[in-house]
Amino acid sequence: MAQAEGQQHPLGIYFKIWALLFVLSAASYMVDYWQFVGWARWFLIIIFMLLKAGLIVAVFMHMVWERFALVYAVIVPPLLLMVFVGIGILEADYTFFIRDVFFSPNDFVIETHH
Amino acid sequence: MTQTVHGNTADPAELLPGSAGVVADWASDQRAFKRVPWGKAMMWIFLISDTFIFTCFLIGYMTVRASTTDPWPNPSEVFALTLFGNKIPLILIAIMTFVLITSSGTMALAVNFGYRKNRKVTFWLLLATALLGATFVGMQAFEWTKLIAEEGVRPWANPMGAPQFGAVFFMITGFHGTHVSIGVIFLIIVAVKVLRGNMDEERPGFMTGKPQRYEMVETMGLYWHFVDLVWVFIFAFFYLW
Repeated sequence: MAQAEGQQHPLGIYFKIWALLFVLSAASYMVDYWQFVGWARWFLIIIFMLLKAGLIVAVFMHMVWERFALVYAVIVPPLLLMVFVGIGILEADYTFFIRDVFFSPNDFVIETHH
Repeated sequence: MTQTVHGNTADPAELLPGSAGVVADWASDQRAFKRVPWGKAMMWIFLISDTFIFTCFLIGYMTVRASTTDPWPNPSEVFALTLFGNKIPLILIAIMTFVLITSSGTMALAVNFGYRKNRKVTFWLLLATALLGATFVGMQAFEWTKLIAEEGVRPWANPMGAPQFGAVFFMITGFHGTHVSIGVIFLIIVAVKVLRGNMDEERPGFMTGKPQRYEMVETMGLYWHFVDLVWVFIFAFFYLW
């Protein structure tokens, strides 16, 4: 029989993913509670975030059971947004540099030589 | 699923004239997303556009936070609550996160029981999801009230540091909270439709006139899980970073 339209899966998988999402949320809260700092903090935050997002999209939104035509249409355009993130970082660094140079109260004076 | 397709052949006799032809021609392309009901495909396309909106907000946030020379307020302290005499960092946001994840679970179960054509259980799970969503919005209202009235945070200034903090906070959490609120209304509407037996009897939809099926619950679920998904990113980047 051809696969019916709509998604029918055993209940067990939902409960497992649900539990995992709780554990991952608790873990990401603990990153703050235990005051992780620096690279460890950023790494853990990103890892837990990506795992949670992946589980929600893959199982709760049924992406693992969809055909690739839909999967690519949904996943690829948001990935391209990473380019904007890169541009944003460059722009922010430049703005910060300019503010640091020109808006610092007294300790930095630009000298021009002609 | 049976499809009536106008103008899907090269036979000119089947082509519709006039404005009906415009609709038929634009709808005549091959079906790209096979085994996906049109409502679900449209919801996915809407969610992609919403992804772009929230990503633009988060990129904007990243840019202002990285470019400000003032110290950024520490969210861990700003969103701390004193419970039973102890000051617990970020606890309100943690509870909100758990409430939203719980609602995502009940939503996933509602979709599953919908496809089992279990009308009553689907209704109660949808209602539980709506109540959890309303709880989330209520806690957010509490958070906003505390920040505005007690901490003096404004979109243009705040006593803790960089003025951009308020602008970003109200913008991003406000837009997300609006999504949750709309979702709660949407959930109640779908729950009532399920309870009335619209899906069991495949009654024609109010706006589309097409037979309503339990697929609607899945489409609703996509929106709700997306709202949870956006919160995952806001929680990581705004509250934890």
